[in-house]
Amino acid sequence: MARVRPAIEAGRKPLAWAENLLMRPVLDSPGCHTDFWMPHDTAPTSGSILSVSQLHKLYGETLAVDGVSFSVEPHEILGLLGPNGAGKTTTINMILGVLQPTSGSIVIDGCDLALRRRQALSRTNFAAVYAPLPGNLTVAQNLRVFGMLYAVPALSRRIESVLAEFDLVRFRNTKCGVLSSGEQTRVALAKAMLNQPRLLLLDEPTASLDPAIAREIRATIREFAARTQVGVLWTSHNMIEVAEVCHRVLFLSRGRILLEGDPRALPSQLGHKTLEDLFVTVAREPLTVRHAEEDA
Amino acid sequence: MTAFLRRAAALLLRQFYLLRGSPARIVPLFAWVAIDIVLWGFITRYLNSVSNARFNFVPAMLGAVLLWDFMSRVMQGITTAFLEDVWSRNFLNLFASPLSVSEYLGGLVLSSIATSLIGLATMVALATVVFGLSFLVYGTLLAAFLLVLFLFGISLGIFGCALVLRFGPAAEWFIWPIPAFISPLACVFYPLSVLPRWMQGLARLIPPSYVFEGMRGVLEHHAHSLASLAFGSALALLYLILMARAFTGVYRHAVRTGLIARYSAETVS
Ligand SMILES: Nc1ncnc2c1ncn2[C@@H]1O[C@H](COP(=O)(O)OP(=O)(O)OP(=O)(O)O)[C@@H](O)[C@H]1O
Ligand SMILES: [Mg+2]
Repeated sequence: MARVRPAIEAGRKPLAWAENLLMRPVLDSPGCHTDFWMPHDTAPTSGSILSVSQLHKLYGETLAVDGVSFSVEPHEILGLLGPNGAGKTTTINMILGVLQPTSGSIVIDGCDLALRRRQALSRTNFAAVYAPLPGNLTVAQNLRVFGMLYAVPALSRRIESVLAEFDLVRFRNTKCGVLSSGEQTRVALAKAMLNQPRLLLLDEPTASLDPAIAREIRATIREFAARTQVGVLWTSHNMIEVAEVCHRVLFLSRGRILLEGDPRALPSQLGHKTLEDLFVTVAREPLTVRHAEEDA
Repeated sequence: MTAFLRRAAALLLRQFYLLRGSPARIVPLFAWVAIDIVLWGFITRYLNSVSNARFNFVPAMLGAVLLWDFMSRVMQGITTAFLEDVWSRNFLNLFASPLSVSEYLGGLVLSSIATSLIGLATMVALATVVFGLSFLVYGTLLAAFLLVLFLFGISLGIFGCALVLRFGPAAEWFIWPIPAFISPLACVFYPLSVLPRWMQGLARLIPPSYVFEGMRGVLEHHAHSLASLAFGSALALLYLILMARAFTGVYRHAVRTGLIARYSAETVS
């Protein structure tokens, strides 16, 4: 099966081990990387940003996620594809710690989410259309409150920089509730970048953006991924976007991963013209694809 | 500790932003309690004039109303801060951040301290200036009274939040009558001894009853039982711990069923 690693290998700094040793707070337990915030491009790297193994979620009788395992590497943008109801949001909610898995483990940047929730979540952030920031606060107020929750250092400066990055300066004192949905999405993205996360979860981030802004946002996220040690998990129903932005995709259907690979190479490997054609086939007939994959 | 305070302060800051420039939020902080004080101020004045007894109704009744309203404001300080997150569908954003449940509750308590102090200051100003209530009559015990009522108000507030988190936004209507529901057992206006035996037993489980019994003890025979007030405080603290645990339990349930992520569904599973 097609499977690629991220193009850019994490470059280790000389003396990274010493930095690691010195920067590690006394109280920090093994298994978790540094306990406090620092610019992530200087943070020591080891292994995956996210590793999920044998994740299951059973809602009553419904098995929404059925044994999902995958990992996200530094600098990588991993696309999570699949038809409506496939279990993408459920998977993301479990990684965000707002939904308890029925079984399985989630490790974020070396921290087991079940054991070290605070450490794991302080290096994570997310944006999703269904989670707009409170509409009764202004953009700047929301960013300040969430910046404090994420313990962002030099917060005022950081707020200015995300406002500029997502073209929100003129909306600084506008209540989020009156913004257009695309503008609200940008506010959610600005909040998601506030703490310079190691793991960024984006659930249909461009769903309500116009094509020009969507392209800018894709470029911003790609540039962020190239520049820092972040790992990004990206869901989208726009296959052209996925092919453009993701280094690797997972295809989820009925809670299981059916396919994994490079979104640009995968369609031709499985005899399809485009990623969208492949999507439609897999969404309709997951089983035939699984056989085709075995034959390949 | 500093991380705890920083996150709790973030929630307090959010309440401050909401209050600032929102008359619909500011007016209730002092208006209803002010009306209560005015109403009971005149009632006690009238009672003093018709009874012409040595008994002074002002500290006994107006003081009692003031203390009871303080407790209700503390409770509502907690629940309104929580409901702001319900109304703006903020749970997913909040609980996907490093915020813990205890930090969240800490933020609600800070918000409640801030808002209930506004109510308390209004009531004290009105009661002392207009109706001549003197807090000197309660002596240093006043601090203990306020402490018990504060702790119990916080517990009731957290209980209300747990109800809404468990049963959905419509359960808001369970919250508002809570103080009225327990007021007969709190013995705000009458001594515990007027209650029938079985109700006395129940009243002894309600921490404010120790406050109001203590208050009447001081006023009537300048005597009070520190032991019973200490028991009342311990009881209030116990409720606080139990309610915080109940909230945590409800939160865990919501994380298991997916309700935190999909609160608009009101109940899942
Ligand atoms: N709290 C819940 N209780 C019961 N069932 C749920 C709950 N949350 C999600 N589901 C169900 O689990 C399945 C997976 O839902 P999920 O939201 O993860 O899909 P998705 O892949 O994100 O879909 P979409 O592309 O439409 O966003 C769906 O069938 C959904 O109805
Ligand atoms: Mg979804």
